[in-house]
Amino acid sequence: MGERLVDAPSLSGTDTAGRASGPSQPVRGLSRLFRRHRRLGLLSLLSPPVLWMLVIYIGSLVLLVISAFFALDPKSQKPTTEFTTANITDALSNESAIRLFLQTVVIAAIVTISCVLIALPTSFFIAKIAPRWMRRGLMVSILLPLWAGYMVKTYAWRAMVAPAGGNKFAAEGRGGGGFLASQLGWTPGFSKTSVVIALVYLWLPYMVLPIYAGLERLPTSLLDAAGDLGARPMRTFRSVIFPLLLPSIAAGSIFTFSLSLGDYILPRLVVDGKERVMFGELINSTLGAPNQPLAAAFTVWPLLVIVMYLFAMKRAGAFDNL
Amino acid sequence: MRTSYLSRLLLGAITVATLAFLYVPLYVVARLSFTKAKSVSWPGDGWTLQWWREAWNTEGPREALMRSVQVALVATLIALVLGTLASFAMQRYQFFGKSSVSFLMVLPIALPGIVTGLALQNTFSRTIDVGLFEFRIGFGFHSLVIAHATFCVVVAYNNVIARLRRSSPNLLEASADLGAHGTQTFRYVTFPLVRSALLAGGILAFALSFDEIVVTTFTSGSGFLTLPQWIFANFARPKSPAVVNVVATFVMVLSIPIAWLAQRLSDGGADT
Amino acid sequence: MRSSRIAVALLASLSIVAAACGDDESDSGDTTATTAAPQETTGDTAAPDTTEPAAPETTGAGEVDYMWTPNADVLAGAEGEVNIVAWPGYIEDGTNGPDWVTPFTDITGCSVNVKLGATSDEMVQLMQSGEYDGVSASGDATQRLMAGGEVEAINLDEFTSYDDIFDGLKDQVWNSLDGEPMGIPHGRGANVLVYNTEAFPDGLDSWSVMWEGGTDADGAVSVYDSAIYIADAALWLMTAQPELGITNPYSLDQAQFDAAIALLESQKALAGQYWSDYTVQAGSLVDGTVLAGTTWQVVANFAASEGAKIETTKPKEGATGWSDTWMLSSSAANPNCMKLWMDWISSPWANAQATEYFGEAPSNSLGCGLTSDPDHCTNFHAEDEDYWTDVWYWTTATEECLDGRTDVTCVPYTEWVNAWSTLRA
Repeated sequence: MGERLVDAPSLSGTDTAGRASGPSQPVRGLSRLFRRHRRLGLLSLLSPPVLWMLVIYIGSLVLLVISAFFALDPKSQKPTTEFTTANITDALSNESAIRLFLQTVVIAAIVTISCVLIALPTSFFIAKIAPRWMRRGLMVSILLPLWAGYMVKTYAWRAMVAPAGGNKFAAEGRGGGGFLASQLGWTPGFSKTSVVIALVYLWLPYMVLPIYAGLERLPTSLLDAAGDLGARPMRTFRSVIFPLLLPSIAAGSIFTFSLSLGDYILPRLVVDGKERVMFGELINSTLGAPNQPLAAAFTVWPLLVIVMYLFAMKRAGAFDNL
Repeated sequence: MRTSYLSRLLLGAITVATLAFLYVPLYVVARLSFTKAKSVSWPGDGWTLQWWREAWNTEGPREALMRSVQVALVATLIALVLGTLASFAMQRYQFFGKSSVSFLMVLPIALPGIVTGLALQNTFSRTIDVGLFEFRIGFGFHSLVIAHATFCVVVAYNNVIARLRRSSPNLLEASADLGAHGTQTFRYVTFPLVRSALLAGGILAFALSFDEIVVTTFTSGSGFLTLPQWIFANFARPKSPAVVNVVATFVMVLSIPIAWLAQRLSDGGADT
Repeated sequence: MRSSRIAVALLASLSIVAAACGDDESDSGDTTATTAAPQETTGDTAAPDTTEPAAPETTGAGEVDYMWTPNADVLAGAEGEVNIVAWPGYIEDGTNGPDWVTPFTDITGCSVNVKLGATSDEMVQLMQSGEYDGVSASGDATQRLMAGGEVEAINLDEFTSYDDIFDGLKDQVWNSLDGEPMGIPHGRGANVLVYNTEAFPDGLDSWSVMWEGGTDADGAVSVYDSAIYIADAALWLMTAQPELGITNPYSLDQAQFDAAIALLESQKALAGQYWSDYTVQAGSLVDGTVLAGTTWQVVANFAASEGAKIETTKPKEGATGWSDTWMLSSSAANPNCMKLWMDWISSPWANAQATEYFGEAPSNSLGCGLTSDPDHCTNFHAEDEDYWTDVWYWTTATEECLDGRTDVTCVPYTEWVNAWSTLRA
């Protein structure tokens, strides 16, 4: 890493200052050069990552939006070079698409709020109440499910929520339903509720992590002070802890909200294909139609909402707490 | 903090419930990997090691695991380099547009995978004419690495910049005051400071890449499958999805020490 | 130095991964005993005799007769690799058990790279990218590929296995263009009716359970989730509403199409599941949450092997079905290896392996003796041409009506996709 940092611009570096003897001289000269020309240092540090993101990522997004302005050849279903605004107009005015998108935003919001409600007490317990020796073990336990694999967990939720069938119709020893139905006697079945639960399950660790980190930074003395001033625990939480944790919550919500918003594999499996629940499914099926330009036009919705959301979260200080 | 016994008990109970919520589905997966039934539904009947044997004897999951590890390692490396450079620039300099940089870094992970995937697929499949020459990125190992590195940068960036923010800038000044030149400062002060943050960020980036399926579907070529792709295909393959449960259980067990390490690195960093 | 210890630990855990991944190289070694030397014995390309042992090879299990003689000219031009878009289970190289790629690579020197497609639509999209040499396309994709110029006509002289393909599969709308063959048939299957034998002890012989309801299966009907399923509605209307005048379920004018969509709309009340995922439907059949539905024989077999109390039948109204076609990309970088693959996969041994593994009827008439289950061909009606007479194979609807009508335009498949999308939203 260290070598890489100074190697890159070493050509110019040796030219200006590297005539003296010894291998470290040019390097030393270079660092002096950087100190003198702060712009150069900044440029060499900043340009690789920023160029990567601008050229590869932002460039791709721009191309994607542009590709929405081309007409589709109805016969071969390939994009042509003919300019049209029909796709964008359709994507922005199609009522059922808008309704689906709003539903998706609502689901993502419910998932995010549920994650906050679960993560707050859990991380508070881990950071402030659990004995020190337990903390790392508890945090690892929270984070470990992240490694189990998205697809596997998705199928696991099918096995969790599957409703019971009529026993006489099922195979021998089967038909009691999934884990919930057979062990707890209750299941949300293949429904939107199950989609929300499964999404909370998938992304919860991403909310616990920043909140836990935020709580760890919170000096215990501060909480004690609030208590000394007569604040009840709820009051301490409302007036002291929660405001200080807001940036952490905002940071976690970037993950829970965004990852939920774009999902299209889990909802279809968890509602058993009965209905289309989320907007990503629409984009995916449009793309598969195949109607690349219209699919690209549909992506404008999540693009707009996420960019707006990010701006809001940035104001909430989320970016310093990711 | 002084909390009543009751509220401590309540918070403890919530934590236990959260853990149960997180682990019951994993238990279901692990249990199904030992069941005699081939379908992925509860309850499987009986116990068998057949799927474990079968998984052990087939190359598919092993190859896919290897590929995933390779892609994730290279992508992580690139992400670490880019993320570290950006975080150093952010920490050391004031410049125009500074506030947009973190926005830029976080965008690939914040936008839905299907948008990122679609955008990259669209770009990679085009022939791009830059005037002097034209080129086409195409699809294969390299396109996967580029895509994964793009959304992993933010993790490396965040870890390193958080560490830099927490460490006192006086350290660097002290180093300079003691006569150390830039390289020495980097080698003896800055790098040790961020080393564990790099590792922690690296592990997170690795995990992110290792489990990614959506962007992967859009940007992979023919010739090999990553582990999530293999799993996806094997739920559709006309044999046993039960083997998938074995692979999932295996990877989970394997990841326990890595998750432990990641956690240790990130909370150990505070007192480095 | 705590950090270096950590680094060591990280490396150690990674090497566990590596070790776990790497130690099986030798296990598979015994199948690759043959040399890659091509069989140069086939001087005459016009009259190959596929019944003659062409590339005998020894495996651990003893002599296997592949019954394939590649065209010598094509073989001479083999590029060394080929990139193919295929359904999961169509190209298996032994990494998941069965293997009909290794002998191919041994014989031709072409290594095979697969890109799995999950749906027909995705396959069309992949082929549009021009990245691939060929595809295993279902009938709901082939016409789009032909219309888009993604695939090109084949020269039958270069294919030695074609003669033994069942005649019923040759020269069909979904695999030929203006009388020219555009690909090699792979296998076929019917979309059959599956029902729970406890719910319907007297059996079923009509699709009415899925369209009219009024049975125990109301709300527990399983529907195939694809625009091509509109043809199943049309098929039902052929007998239920003959006044609509539908003669081909893939050739619907606007009025006929609207009737089919209305029917599908009313079916929503009966449907409990829309499936596209193999394991999903099988699981529901086992659990008894689906009591009737449209299925593939292979899904039903899988569910039955898990104890599902089910029976399948091809109802009296007939059924839709599929016949997949291997097609050559018009922008193939490796056309010769692709041609060799197409010929190989439709040759008796390889075709028998692939179709039995996937669970469909083989397309090569000589393949039936070569399946590991001697009853495979009987179960899947491979040789029973009568069975297939009322099976309507998936075809892409086009504006020119496929039933020969010229006074109306028919609804093209793009509209089918849009309508399905709206229906499901």
